[in-house]
Formats: sequence, C-alpha cells, structure tokens
Amino acid sequence: MANEVVDRGRRRFLTATTAVVGGIGIVSAAVPFIKSWEPSARAKAAGAPVTQSLKKVEKGQQLIVGWRSLPVFIVNRTPAQLAQLPKEDPLLVDPKSEVEQQPKYAQNETRSIKPEWLVMIGICTHLGCVPDFYGEIKPEPFDPNWKGGYYCPCHHSRYDIAGRVYKNVPAPKNMQIPPYHFVDDMTVQIGVDPKEAG
Amino acid sequence: MANVFSNIGAWVTERAPGMMPMYRAHMTEYYAPKNFNLWYYFGSLALLVLVSQIVTGIFLTMNYNPSAAGAFDSVQYIMRDVEWGWLIRYMHTTGASLFFVVVFLHMFRGIMYGSFKKPRELVWLLGMLIFLALMAEAFMGYVLPWGNMSFWGAKVIISLFGTIPYIGNSLVDWIMGDFLPGDATLNRFFALHVIALPLVLLLLVVLHIAALHEVGSNNPDGVEIKKGPKGNRWDALKPADGIPFHPYYTVKDLVGVGALLLIAAFIIFFAPTLGGWFLEPDNAIPANNLLTPAEIKPMWYFTPFYAIVRMIPSFLGSAVWGVLAMFGSIVVLFLFPWLDRTKVKSIRYRGTGYKVALGVWVLAFFGLGAVGAGVTAEVIPAWFGNVDVTTWENLFGRLMTLLYFGFFAFLWAYTHFGWEKTKPVPDRVTTHD
Repeated sequence: MANEVVDRGRRRFLTATTAVVGGIGIVSAAVPFIKSWEPSARAKAAGAPVTQSLKKVEKGQQLIVGWRSLPVFIVNRTPAQLAQLPKEDPLLVDPKSEVEQQPKYAQNETRSIKPEWLVMIGICTHLGCVPDFYGEIKPEPFDPNWKGGYYCPCHHSRYDIAGRVYKNVPAPKNMQIPPYHFVDDMTVQIGVDPKEAG
Repeated sequence: MANVFSNIGAWVTERAPGMMPMYRAHMTEYYAPKNFNLWYYFGSLALLVLVSQIVTGIFLTMNYNPSAAGAFDSVQYIMRDVEWGWLIRYMHTTGASLFFVVVFLHMFRGIMYGSFKKPRELVWLLGMLIFLALMAEAFMGYVLPWGNMSFWGAKVIISLFGTIPYIGNSLVDWIMGDFLPGDATLNRFFALHVIALPLVLLLLVVLHIAALHEVGSNNPDGVEIKKGPKGNRWDALKPADGIPFHPYYTVKDLVGVGALLLIAAFIIFFAPTLGGWFLEPDNAIPANNLLTPAEIKPMWYFTPFYAIVRMIPSFLGSAVWGVLAMFGSIVVLFLFPWLDRTKVKSIRYRGTGYKVALGVWVLAFFGLGAVGAGVTAEVIPAWFGNVDVTTWENLFGRLMTLLYFGFFAFLWAYTHFGWEKTKPVPDRVTTHD
C-alpha cells in the first residue's frame, strides 16, 4: 500500500466531490437561517380590511387611517383643488397614471372613485416616508408657486393633490392607491375592491 | 513575592512558548518610524473608543429591553432610574460620534500620506471593511432606542434596498421581518448590534493590525524605513529610523488618550446632545408609524452620503440611481490604491494639482454634509431671502456631488498620464539624528 503510486486523478475527484457535497450542505443549512428573517405567520396575518366613516371630514381636510400598519390618507377635496389637477399635468412625471400604482377604477384624472374623495397610501415612493399634507393653494417656504398637495420631509419629493409625483424630485412614481370601495355614501372600506364587495 | 511571579511566568512560558515572542513582535520590537506626528494618534484612539463602546454597551444591555413595546421606556429607565445609567448611556452615544470623528481623521491621514499605497493596499482594504462594519453598527445602534427618528431612520435606510429592481420589495420585507419596522426588526438589529457586528469588527481590527505590522507603518514623509539604513540603539539589523512601539509610542499615545478623554468628558457632562448633533431631539418622541418627523436627517456622520441620495433625481421610473451613487461614494474609497497611481506617497512631496484637488474634495465632503444635515435649507433663506430653496439646494448639492466624484476621476487621470510634478523624496525620514 505505502509504496503504491498516488492516483492523482482519483485524489482530485475525491477532493472535488467532498468540496461540492460539503458546499451543498452549507448552502442548505443556511436556508432555514435566511428564511427565519421572512415576515412571520403572525406578521402576515395582521392585514384585515378597515372601514371608515367620512362624515367628520370637512372640505379640504385630511384624515389618516391605519391599514396593514400603513397610513392611508383620506382627503375631501375642494372644487378649487380639483380644478387645479389638469393644470398640473405638464409638470408631472406620470399625469395619466399609466404606471400601475392604482386599481383600474382609480386610473383617472382624480385618481379616485368619487372625484372629491382621495383615498391613498401615504407612503412616499422614494424611500417610504409619510409625506406631509399641504392642501392649500398658497405659497409655501419650499415653493412660492404651490398648488396644494404633498411634500415629503425626508428627501423633499412633491406630489399634487391626487398624489401624482412632480418632475425633478427623487420619488419615481405616483403614490399608491389601495383597493377600496364605498359601503354607502359616507363610508369607505379600505382593502376590498368594489368587485369583491359585489 | 518576586520569586512567585517569575515562577508563574516561567510556568506559563514553558507551556505557551509563543506568547512572549508575539508580544515582542508587536510591542517592544515593532519598530515604527520615529517621525510620527499628531495625525498618528487616531489609530490607537479608535481602539480606545472601540473598547469603551464594548464596555458601556455590555452594561447598557443589562437594562435595555429589545422590543417595540419596551425599548423606548427601557432607555428612559436607564436615563432616570438606573444608578449612573445616564453616564453609561451618554458615554455610549458620545463614543459613537467620537468613533466617527477619530476614524474620519485616521482615514484622511492615510489618504494624505499615501498609506494605502504599495505595499499597504491590504491594510487599507481591511480598514475600509472596518469602516463599513462600523457604519452598519452605528445605524443599528441608532434604531435601538425606538424613538421616532430611530423608526423613520430604519424605514428610510431599509427602503434603500427596495429600489433594487425586481427583488427590492421582497428584500425589504426580508430585512424588516414585517411590512413595517417593528418587533422583528428591532430584535434582529439588537442581535446584530450587540454580538454579530462587534465580533466582525474585532476580527477585522485584529487583521488590520496584523496586516500593518507585516509591512510596517508608513510615516509623514512616506519613505520606507525598512529600505533605509539599518541599525538602531536596540537592534543592529532593524531600521535606523525606527523606534520600538512600546514604550515610545504607547507613551506618546497616552497623551492623545488624555486629550480625547478630556474632550469626551466635556461633551458627556456639559453638552451630551451637542446641540442635536450627537443626540437628536426628535428621538425623544416614541416611534410612531403614522407620523414622519418634520425634518428627517441621519446622524452627522452619514450626512455626506445621505445628501448624495437626495441630490440624484429618479430616472427611467426608478429611484435606484441615488442609492447606487451613495454606495458608489463609499465603494470608490476602496479603490484609492488603484486610482492614485503616483509612486510618491506623502502630500509633502506631491504636485500642486493634488493638493488643490484634495482640498476641494474635503470641502465637497463638508458641503455634502451641510446639505444632508439640513444646514443649507436653513442658511439659503437666511442669506438670500425669498428664493426657491429646493432649487438652490439641489444646485449646490449636485455641484458638491460632482466635485466629490470628480476628485477621483481627476486623481486617476492626473497620476496615470504623468501630469503630476512631484518633488524629490528624501532617502530617510526628515527628522533623524
């Protein structure tokens, strides 16, 4: 045995297979640890629809509701604010809401089911901050020609009063419209499409 | 008594014969250039701050509660009810900022004196890895008090990964372990902050020092003392311009230690928040996922990099470009040894173009810091009255971003095409007898 010539080919094959099998073992063993970082079953379960009465939201006011731990903006828009929307089109990245950031039934000029009621997830599409509501059409410190909308305190992205993003800001897309429907004239349910509701 | 100690010493040496030679190789017989100046304090000071952070950190974990419900209150508990808890926490928060002060100066020293150049590239790369680990460590530590800035800081930084096409959104959920930063996020950041990253940091520091002692320290003249004349007071074969690290530089470093502790004590006792720069007032409000703080900005040491994210608009329907530029601004630092191709190491013997460019780069870094920290947003209306702040801030910030990256392009071209006119480098360090 001791004097036999070493079979280098066989030795290389054994080294390679040992390394490959060991490597597969290490990768497989890593899977549970990596998967343990996924949202847990409990986190996934916490996502039921939310029903909200609109009776107390005055013209020009915003109400923030929590849905799936996300802030949902509900705004009762004034005729002046609605009239301003088409005039902003040339300054916007996606004035026609062509990027899928809303359900089909909200892909219109006002990005809503009823023109006056804006229901929108209040998360900046840049890095996830909650933009501040500057609804009034008046000069603001950050823009002397402000026409009402949203201003993100984190990286200064701007949106109009339909959540459509302005050009030349860090945010790439319009803010997201969640699935929602009107239960009756003054009650909205967030998280359920009109179709699902029947 | 002395006999007992020497007996114990002999007993240990017999069983671990490698220990004393290792001590000598790294301390009493590690010959460092004799011309170190003030800039050479910051390596050992970084080590001091690291030890302080570990010790104060261990004691903070004894009263801290890593849960979304309990974290904020437990920090207040440490501040108000735990005996000396306020001191331990202020030492930790001040230490975090001073860590970055010391490390930035340490890195600038290396850049200025060409300490990253052959044969010390590995020392530089390991040092850059330490810097990366330190940034991750600082970010996760910032999240732990679970104030409103902690929450939104976590949200913004984690969302950076959401800009990556295709996998971004699921990657964000994976990092957070939920659809918003919450219990799961806080718990895993706690685990990473108190055990995983400190282990990585310690390992990298050991490797950084081992790699340095392998090739020997650079010095303000940028000459290799190992290639100079041999023979000093202690050893006929060692560099003539070297002196033993211990006791010469240990004693010198003690002076630096005294100065740093004095500054740290002043901050801890008289201005622990340092006017909002070391501890932000918005973080005294508990985390609230429905309310973004009016002005969200990171700690001062991240502001230059953060400003770059803000200055780059989205393009082709994606916000990934700002994030790429921000990571690029750190990655490009790794490449210093291959971008700066001039053989002459020290700024003392380099061309005017290099000196000017380096100065501009430092100013751009501070300029970006001012944008990121919101200083420009305050200063522009104060100095120029009723102007469109965003436009002017973007203009300034984009110019600074251009200068930051432009420096590296210039540096490469300037040194690669031989445009630099260097001065003659002396054969030995300039201060020898």
